[in-house]
This record gives sequence, C-alpha cells and structure tokens, in this order.
Amino acid sequence: MTLQSLDSFCNWLAATPFSQVLQTVGWIVPAVQTVHILAVAAVVSSALMLDLRLLGIRGKEQSIAATARRFLPFIWWPLPVLLATGALLITAEPARSLENPVFILKMGLLLAAAGITLACQVPLHKDAAFWELSAARKRVAQLIAAASIPLWVAIICAGRWIAYVQGT
Amino acid sequence: MLEQFLQGLQDTSIATAIREGESLFPWIECVHVLALTLVIGSIGIVDLRLVGLASRDRGVAQTTASVLPVTWTAFVLAAITGGLLFASNATTYGHNFYFQVKMALIALAGVNMAVYHLFLNSGADAWHTPAATPIRARIVGGVSLCLWIAIVAFGRWIGFTINTPT
Repeated sequence: MTLQSLDSFCNWLAATPFSQVLQTVGWIVPAVQTVHILAVAAVVSSALMLDLRLLGIRGKEQSIAATARRFLPFIWWPLPVLLATGALLITAEPARSLENPVFILKMGLLLAAAGITLACQVPLHKDAAFWELSAARKRVAQLIAAASIPLWVAIICAGRWIAYVQGT
Repeated sequence: MLEQFLQGLQDTSIATAIREGESLFPWIECVHVLALTLVIGSIGIVDLRLVGLASRDRGVAQTTASVLPVTWTAFVLAAITGGLLFASNATTYGHNFYFQVKMALIALAGVNMAVYHLFLNSGADAWHTPAATPIRARIVGGVSLCLWIAIVAFGRWIGFTINTPT
C-alpha cells in the first residue's frame, strides 16, 4: 500500500461513525487501554516465569513441561484480547499507530516473540521431556529464554513510545 | 506545607531534567509500564491460585515462593520510576484525583496482603491440592485482583486528566 492510500484509509476510518464514538466518548479509550495493559501484564509475566524456568532461575521443582502447561494458556489466551483492544485503539486514532514506525516495529517484535514462544512450545507437544533430555537442548532452551525476555521488554517500550513518535 | 514540598520536589535538578528532557520521561515511563505489568501479572498468579482459577496442582506456598521475588523486584522498580515521573510534575500530579485514589488503592492492596500474611494464611503449607482453598484465602485473592485492576485503571486515567501525551 502506498503511503497516500494508507493516509486516505486512516482518514476514512477516523471518519466512520464507530470511530467518532470512540473519539467523543471520553472514557472509552482509557478503559480500553486499561484492559490492554492488564492483558499485557498476563502475557509478559507468564512469559517471564516460563523463561526464568527455562533459564533454571526460578521454579525448578516443577518440570519445564509442567511449567509450560501452567503458563502457556496465559500467554496465548490474552492475545485475542490484545488484538481486539488494539484494534479499538487503532480505530479511535488510526494515523497515530498505522502511520507510526514504532507501531510497525512493535508488530514485528510481536511476531518474533510469538515465533520464539512456539519454538519452545511445539517440541514439548511431541515429547514433554524434550528440553531436559540433553545438555545441548537445555542450552537451546536457555537461548530461547534469553531471546524472549528482551523481545517482551522491547514490545512494551515500543508500545509506550507510540504515544511520543509522530506518524510519517 | 504540602504545597512547598511538592514545589520543592518539582524544582530539584532531577525532576527538572525529566520534565525538560526530550526523551527522559517516555523512557522512565517504559520502565514503569514494564515493572507494573510484572507486579500485576505476578500478583495475579498468586491471586488466581488463591481463588482457585489457576495452578491448582501446585501448592499455594510454592506458587507464592517462586513468584514473589519477581513481584518485589518489579514493585521497587515501579515505585522508583513512579516517584521520578511524579517528581517531574509534582504540583500537578499531587492534586490529581486519579493519582490520589491510585495511591490509596496501592495502600489498600498492601493492607490486604499484610492482613493475609499476618492473620489468615495459617495452614497455607497444606494448600497444595486441587481442592479449594478456604473461603478467607479466596476472598483475599479476589480483593487483591480487584484492587490491582482498579490501580491500573486509575493510573491510566491520570494520563487523560493532565496535560501529557496519552
């Protein structure tokens, strides 16, 4: 999509009656942001607890598979909530995010974080002990965790910076 | 007296630097958001275990022990960054209704936690089966969840009732 058509899409979306409601009813945007932050809290905290287990720093009395079973639902289930509330925030102020390089960066980082979570999760489906079978696999699991933590940190920072960076 | 304190805080060189800097405020905000999501997420893990909605195959004591260092580290970080953000515009935040309620709610969450640890968690070592925890533990967990959700909401509303980017 050319920048011009993106711009006209943003203008069109902002002019829709639905977007107008989101813009004019004052409590909607902060309420949606509150739900968005609560969902982020669930995802990031669960990801951190799983990562700390992969690194062997916390929760070692529970196997990696059991820890994953406990926390993965809290990583994936808030995702639809995040997408829905995120879509509402975009609708309320389309150009603020869609034309914002930091928003694009955040979406890219989100895809990477989702991918790295799957990289941890998928092998566990075939073999619950997968990450604990050899020293080499433990090392790979630690690398996954070590990559996951900075990704989530960057996603949160990018999320906050959307408010401060002007669209192109 | 309070007015002088707020003004004095706002006039400190660090508060001035945050207020007038190009990007100091947003970066401190990033750390604040990161820290508060970890505070709420990790407390939520304990609360959901107390209420009986998650981690039921794991003991309450175990669940709490593995999470609490994360909670406290993140809380200290959130308090420091929150203090810095507050200082940068102390006279404005100090008079903001939502900020005042948020601080009161954090204090209440602290009281709720203290009451639980001092008076209500006797026998918690035995709560390691999927069986429901006693009603007093479920109430404490539910109250804590409600308080922290409200704390996030009031925190977000601060940004919409004073003059900064939202």
